[in-house]
Amino acid sequence: MKRRVVITGMGWITPLGHDIESVWQRLLRAESGVAATTNFDARTFPTQFSAEVKNFDLEKFINDRYDEHKAASRNTRFALAAAEMAWCGAGLNAGAQVDPEQVGVYLGGGEGPIDFDSFVAAAVAGWNAEKKDLDSIRWAEVAYQKLNAVREFEQDPNCAAGHIAYRFNAQGPNFNTLTACAASTQAIGEATCMIRRGDADIMISGGAHSMIHPLGVTGFNRLTALSTRNDSCITASRPFDATRDGFVLGEGAGILILEEYESARRRGARPLAEIVGYGSTADAFRVTDIHESARGASAAMRAALSDANLDIAEIDYISAHGTGTEENDKLETLAIRTVFGSLAKNVPISSIKSMMGHLVAAAGAVELITCVLAIRDDTVPPTSNFSTPDPNCDLDYVPNKARKKPVRAALSNSFGFGGQNDTLIVRRISE
Amino acid sequence: MTARRVVITGLGPVTPIGIGATAFWNALLEGVSGIRRVRAFDPSRFDSQMAGEIDGVEVGNYVPKSYRKAAKIMARDIVLAVAGAYEAVKDAGLRTKCMLERGEANGPSNVDPTRIGANIGAGLICADLPELAAALHSASENGQFSLARWGSEGMNNLTPLWLLKFLPNMLACHVTIVHDCQGPSNTITCGEASSHLAIGEAFRTIARGVEDVCICGGAESKDNAMALLRQSLGKRLSRRNDLPDKACRPFAVDRDGTVVSEGGGLVILEELEHAKARGATIYAELVGFGASNDACSPAQPSVPHPEGRGILLASRKALRDAGIDAGQIDMIGAFGVGTPEHDRSEAAAIRALLGERVTQVPVMAIKGGIGNNGAGSGAIDFIAAVLAMQNATIPPAIHSAEVDPACGLKLVTGKPIDARIDHVLSIGFAMGGGQNAALVIRRYRP
Repeated sequence: MKRRVVITGMGWITPLGHDIESVWQRLLRAESGVAATTNFDARTFPTQFSAEVKNFDLEKFINDRYDEHKAASRNTRFALAAAEMAWCGAGLNAGAQVDPEQVGVYLGGGEGPIDFDSFVAAAVAGWNAEKKDLDSIRWAEVAYQKLNAVREFEQDPNCAAGHIAYRFNAQGPNFNTLTACAASTQAIGEATCMIRRGDADIMISGGAHSMIHPLGVTGFNRLTALSTRNDSCITASRPFDATRDGFVLGEGAGILILEEYESARRRGARPLAEIVGYGSTADAFRVTDIHESARGASAAMRAALSDANLDIAEIDYISAHGTGTEENDKLETLAIRTVFGSLAKNVPISSIKSMMGHLVAAAGAVELITCVLAIRDDTVPPTSNFSTPDPNCDLDYVPNKARKKPVRAALSNSFGFGGQNDTLIVRRISE
Repeated sequence: MTARRVVITGLGPVTPIGIGATAFWNALLEGVSGIRRVRAFDPSRFDSQMAGEIDGVEVGNYVPKSYRKAAKIMARDIVLAVAGAYEAVKDAGLRTKCMLERGEANGPSNVDPTRIGANIGAGLICADLPELAAALHSASENGQFSLARWGSEGMNNLTPLWLLKFLPNMLACHVTIVHDCQGPSNTITCGEASSHLAIGEAFRTIARGVEDVCICGGAESKDNAMALLRQSLGKRLSRRNDLPDKACRPFAVDRDGTVVSEGGGLVILEELEHAKARGATIYAELVGFGASNDACSPAQPSVPHPEGRGILLASRKALRDAGIDAGQIDMIGAFGVGTPEHDRSEAAAIRALLGERVTQVPVMAIKGGIGNNGAGSGAIDFIAAVLAMQNATIPPAIHSAEVDPACGLKLVTGKPIDARIDHVLSIGFAMGGGQNAALVIRRYRP
């Protein structure tokens, strides 16, 4: 018999706050986490705002053995705090008997923010303007002086998973995937498969990322992927709206404790929802564009539905990838129409990126947490900043106001640059 | 439903000692070293001045003509992966979109695009320093960088698609586009453990039925100033600059560090019936996978667990998964990076795993001539292990003649040895972060 996988704990660090309940209430009130960027001085950048995590202090979350994590980079700090919240929420801190070899970690974690000032100092000193080439001797002289070994190492994308393994003595399988904006959805999907198969009994899974630094914003600005609505940043993230002009960069982490159903019950844990479906596909089309038929996105949703053995009529809510870029929202809508057919107009769809921005690799994890809360409270969060309907986006996006309605199962989409498509389905716990 | 078996049908190594299975294998047998004083840039100011370098990898040789212009947005890591995928697909006789469009195979295709995926390990790709430095310099005056000028004009000196050159998932994205792989695609970023984890996950993905074929493995280039500096700051590198080709000495008593390198490998994993139906040549069967974390303090990121606890756990899980015990292993494909601590840790795990048989079971360690390819390392080791099984020959660890007695391994040195091999255990681990993985390869029996 198939081993069932349930969620027993959740934690997040987001632009709207640092605990599950208050952030959830703010989402339901359509509040915004977007403001002028403070991580660096962005006043001359095309985009001068973002959804930053505010007033965050890791030491408040892990006051014992904090010293061992004090060199962690910003994304890893978010991950550690969210993991602590999830672990405690699952009741695993209270002397639970778990086999450390059967506890694993699967994150969709981003790279740590670059040590920008040191990097720039070396790059500028090393550039030989006459020869139009890098003088690697001058570069190295400055770089050896300025760059710090641990700070450099902590940028590696597998560091957060290592920190978490140490903190919770998770000696089981340990992975990090970095499939751009689809990463944490993919991580949770693969972690689910590992528990089903018996490779682990508990997986600490989700994602963390921060690209709100000069080079991160540069990269997205050069791609013209970001909104540049500098005069009205709170309304800048407007998924599915006709006036959308790009996404708003966010940062943060979402971590979930996934657990095999029977062993969770035996230890008296309270399952919050069951993960029943996962689908992953590639567009295999272009690095820069989504296939015009949205074939990869619809194939991922279909694969997840088939994995879940659920009918489309049983999906009561779709948490959209809904970035607020022209292309994504149009083609995600097309994909939903393709998969849901005549039912597409009946299923409420929302994008919480309208309120907390796009957490990049961590986006899928915080969105899945939102799906679990929607099931718990039979309430669907809104898509805020929705004012002007787009003929290419003609479905029910739950504009601006949360909605009470029964939610038995929810589907969550994440799509990444280069054609990565991942879908998860969570369902209310049934015996 | 009976379990779906997964076999290896194609090998695509891209390494400093050879590209493609035949060239790579011959170089391993001949004991060739691909490590030399760095030529990619002037390394004089670095404390380690050597690297494994690959000459002449032109994207145009590995993609359809229509895709050549995409080379502009490929970091070196991506080029290496695209080359490895081509070699592996060709070796497997898969008639993918790339092979048909290049005219190297005649249609129809023998693989359904929705049933072939990719799972490719990648590193933290270092931004092209000269390109970025030129742009940053344009926003500075008298050596002083101005963030304000960068935001208003400097950044415009970067190509609009700049970010896409360096996203780790671009290895898999380009490969899936070139070969039309619409199945599951993943990018594992766990340092040096990435390839083993990617191959292991691909094994699971095929077994559970969501795809029939997977292009998997990993690639990375550490042959650039930023990567060399990072490894150097981490105190992981050999300083034997006067003997570059002999600097990396896994498990040797006089080892003093690893050497950065570029390369990787892609492997075709395939469901057995799918492989048989298209008449594929089967190298071997993949039968076991295990993964773990050391769960050691992150305060000392470069220090592995002294007893190799995580390597041992991953190995035991892989053996259990394969349904065999340590007594059935005929060869260990060691990771052998060549630092004093990591080799000691790995050797301790191998001793604990093999028990008394540690004096009998031959150990293969090939980084002496190749160096540390980061996320690509494991795939190169895996390919060498498959070839050793197929050829019943174990290539030697070059420059490790005097094996460290403290390691206590039966390392194959000097000349290749003949060995009938039914089961290989291939080990991989991250040099920091604590990730470990092991794979069990079995001689194919119909």
